[in-house]
Amino acid sequence: MPLVKSGRIVEDRFVRVLDDAPVPDGTAVILPAARLIADARELVLRQAPTGVIWPNDRRVAELAPYLDWIALVALVFPTFKDGRAYSQARLLRERYEFRGEMRATGQVLRDQLLFLHRAGFDAFEVTKDKDAAVFAEALQRYSVFYQPTGDGRPSTLKTRLAQTKPSAVHGRREAVR
Amino acid sequence: MYVYDDFDRTLVAERVREFRDQVGRRLSGELTEEEFKPLRLMNGVYLQLHAYMLRIAIPYGTLSSHQLRTLAHVARRYDRNYGHFTTRQNIQFNWIKLEELPDAMADLARAGLHGMQTSGNCVRNITTDQWAGVAPDEIEDARIWAELLRQHLTLHPEFSFLPRKFKIALTASAHDRAAVKVHDIGLRMHRNGAGETGFEVMVGGGLGRTPFIAKTIKPFLPKRDLLSYVEAIIRIYNQYGRRDNIYKARIKILVHELGAEKFAAEVEQEWQSIKDGALALDPAVVADIASRFRYPDYEELADSPPELIKARNENKHFRRWLDNSVANHKVAGHAIVTLSLKPEGEPPGDATAAQMDVIADLADRYSFGEIRVGHEQNLVLPHVAQRDLPALWRALDEIGVATPNVSLISDIIACPGLDYCSLANARSIPVAEEITRRFKDLDLAHNLGRLHINISGCINACGHHHVGHIGILGVEKNGEEFYQVTIGGRAGEDAELGKILGPAVPYGEIADVVEDIAAAYLELRERPDELFIDTVSRVGVDPFKERVYATR
Repeated sequence: MPLVKSGRIVEDRFVRVLDDAPVPDGTAVILPAARLIADARELVLRQAPTGVIWPNDRRVAELAPYLDWIALVALVFPTFKDGRAYSQARLLRERYEFRGEMRATGQVLRDQLLFLHRAGFDAFEVTKDKDAAVFAEALQRYSVFYQPTGDGRPSTLKTRLAQTKPSAVHGRREAVR
Repeated sequence: MYVYDDFDRTLVAERVREFRDQVGRRLSGELTEEEFKPLRLMNGVYLQLHAYMLRIAIPYGTLSSHQLRTLAHVARRYDRNYGHFTTRQNIQFNWIKLEELPDAMADLARAGLHGMQTSGNCVRNITTDQWAGVAPDEIEDARIWAELLRQHLTLHPEFSFLPRKFKIALTASAHDRAAVKVHDIGLRMHRNGAGETGFEVMVGGGLGRTPFIAKTIKPFLPKRDLLSYVEAIIRIYNQYGRRDNIYKARIKILVHELGAEKFAAEVEQEWQSIKDGALALDPAVVADIASRFRYPDYEELADSPPELIKARNENKHFRRWLDNSVANHKVAGHAIVTLSLKPEGEPPGDATAAQMDVIADLADRYSFGEIRVGHEQNLVLPHVAQRDLPALWRALDEIGVATPNVSLISDIIACPGLDYCSLANARSIPVAEEITRRFKDLDLAHNLGRLHINISGCINACGHHHVGHIGILGVEKNGEEFYQVTIGGRAGEDAELGKILGPAVPYGEIADVVEDIAAAYLELRERPDELFIDTVSRVGVDPFKERVYATR
C-alpha cells in the first residue's frame, strides 16, 4: 500500500508496534492508542519520533495532552464510507493545532483524497497503486471551494467579497417585459 | 431568482468532469460497483428496477424558464419524454443510460443545474417554501439563507460521508409550507422580543420506519451564527450518529437516544468553539448572496382588476380554478398561481417535455421567467399579474395543468412506488390514479375541502404518509400488496403523525377505503367548513374505523 506525502510516493519510515511488543529504540513508531496513553511518561523521553493510530470512535480531546510531542497521528477509515475521521482530523488541526503528520489509513481511495486533504491530512496510505499514481491530479479536480476549513484554500465565502458585480446570468434574461 | 456567478459555474463544470471520469472508471472496471455506488449517489444517480434514475436538485424550488426548458430537453434527449417532480424540490428522470449520464449532466450544468448531493449519505438539497419571496406572510426571503447553507454544505469535506442522508428545510412564514418539522434540521425564521430576525432550530424530525417530529434545541439563533451552528450539529452527528445499523443511522435516532437536552448541550459546546471563527457570517457576505437574488420589476397594479372580475363572474370553471389554485401575492395586483400536476388518472408530479416547454413559455410571458416547485409535487408561477389570470388559465388548461384540485383529495403526494423503485413493497402510482378517478367529480372534491392524501410504497416513507391527513403505506403480505391507512397526520407548523386506522387492506380495496373515510367525514363533520383534519382531531379515529371496517 503506497504512502503518499507532499504529492509523492515515499517510503514509510514509521514502524507499527502492537500493544504488547517492545518499542524499538531509535526507530519511528506508530503505537495503538491504549499503549500511547499507558506508557506516555516513558514514550515522551524517546529520541525517535512516536506516532499513534487513533480509532475513529474515540474522542480526539483525549489525545490533546500528548499532541505537543507526538510526531504523527494516524486516523482510520474502516471503509471509505465511514467519515468520522474527517471530523477528528479537522478538530486536531483546527482546534488542537496539531502540526505533526496526520495520516489517513484504512480504505483510502482516489475520490476521497481532496476531501481528506481539505480536512487536514498530509499523508495518505492509498489503497490502490493506480490511485496513488494520480494523487496530484486528484487534488486538482476542483478550483472552487465554498466552505472554509483549516487547509488554507480560499473559500468563496471571502473571495466573493473581493470581487465586484456578478457576471450576467447564463442563458435567458429573467425579466421579459 | 439566484444568479450563478463564475464560482458556481466553475464548480458545477468541475463536478461534471469528475463524474465523467468516475463513470469511465466504472465502465472500465477500475471501480467496483460497491466503490462506484456512493459516488454516483452523490451525483443523484440511483439504480432502480429497470434503469438508472437521475435526480436533479432544484434548490429551494426556484427554476428559470431556461432551466425548465433544459429539463424538457433532458427528458426528450435522454429519457422518455417526461420527468417526475419529487417531494423535496427535485426532479427525477427514470430511464437514463449510464453511458449517457455525463452528457446529460453536462447539458444540465450549462443551465446551472446538477444532481450534486441529491442522494447518498450527505447533506441533501436544501428545501424551503415554494412561495419564498412572494408570500404575504413571510418575514424574509428564506431562499437567501437556503442558498448560504447550500453553498456551505456543497462538497463539504467533513460531511460527505455521514452515517446517513441529511435533510434541511427552512421556512420564514407563519404558515410552514416546507414541512420543516419532519427534517433532520428544520429552521423557522421568526422575530425575537427585540425585533431581530433569527432562527428557531429544530433537529431530529423525519419519517421513515421510525417517525419523529423534530425537537427545538435553539429557540432563537442569530442570523450570523447560522453556518456555525449547523456545522456544530452535523459535526456531532458525524462523530456520534450510529453506523452499525442503517435503520438507526439518522440523526433522529441519535437525538432520541441521547435525549434532546443532552444532544443540544453537545451541540452548544461544539458551537461555542467555532461560533466566532471563519463561519460567523459577515453581513457583507449575506448582502452579496442576497444581491444575486433578482426580483421582478413589478408593474404598479391594483388588486382585482376589471378583466379578472369579469372573467370570474362569467365563467364558473375559471372561478373554480381562481378560488382553488391562485393565492395572494405580497405585491398588489399580482398573484401566485399553482399548476396542478395531479390530473385525473395520471401519476402525481409527472410533467411531459411538451408541458415543460409550454410552462417555460408561459413563465416568460406571465411570470418574469420564473417557476417554482413545491413539496406537494406541483409547480408554481410566482409573479402573475392578476389581469393576466384569465388568459393564463386558458393556456394552462390546454396543457392539462389547471385542474382546480390544489390541496383537495385528488392532489395526492405519492412516491414512485413499485412501478420504479427497488425498495418498494407495493405500487403507489396506480393507487393515486385510482383515487383521482373516484374523486374526479370536482363538486365532491370541493365539498370535501382541504384534504391531503400521502402515499408511500414502503416504510421509507418517501410519500410522507405519516403526515398525510390520510396516509397510505404499501406493505407486503405473503407476496401481495396491502395498504395500511393512517388518519390525522399533518405536516406544517402543527405537525403530527397520523394514527393507524386498522388492519391493512388489499390493493383492490384501498380506493374503497378512502371513499368510506370521505363518506364518514361528510357525516361526522359539524359544519361544512370543519376541515377533515379538524373532524379527526375532534372525534378521534374510532368513528372512522367503525365505518371502514364495519363491512370488511
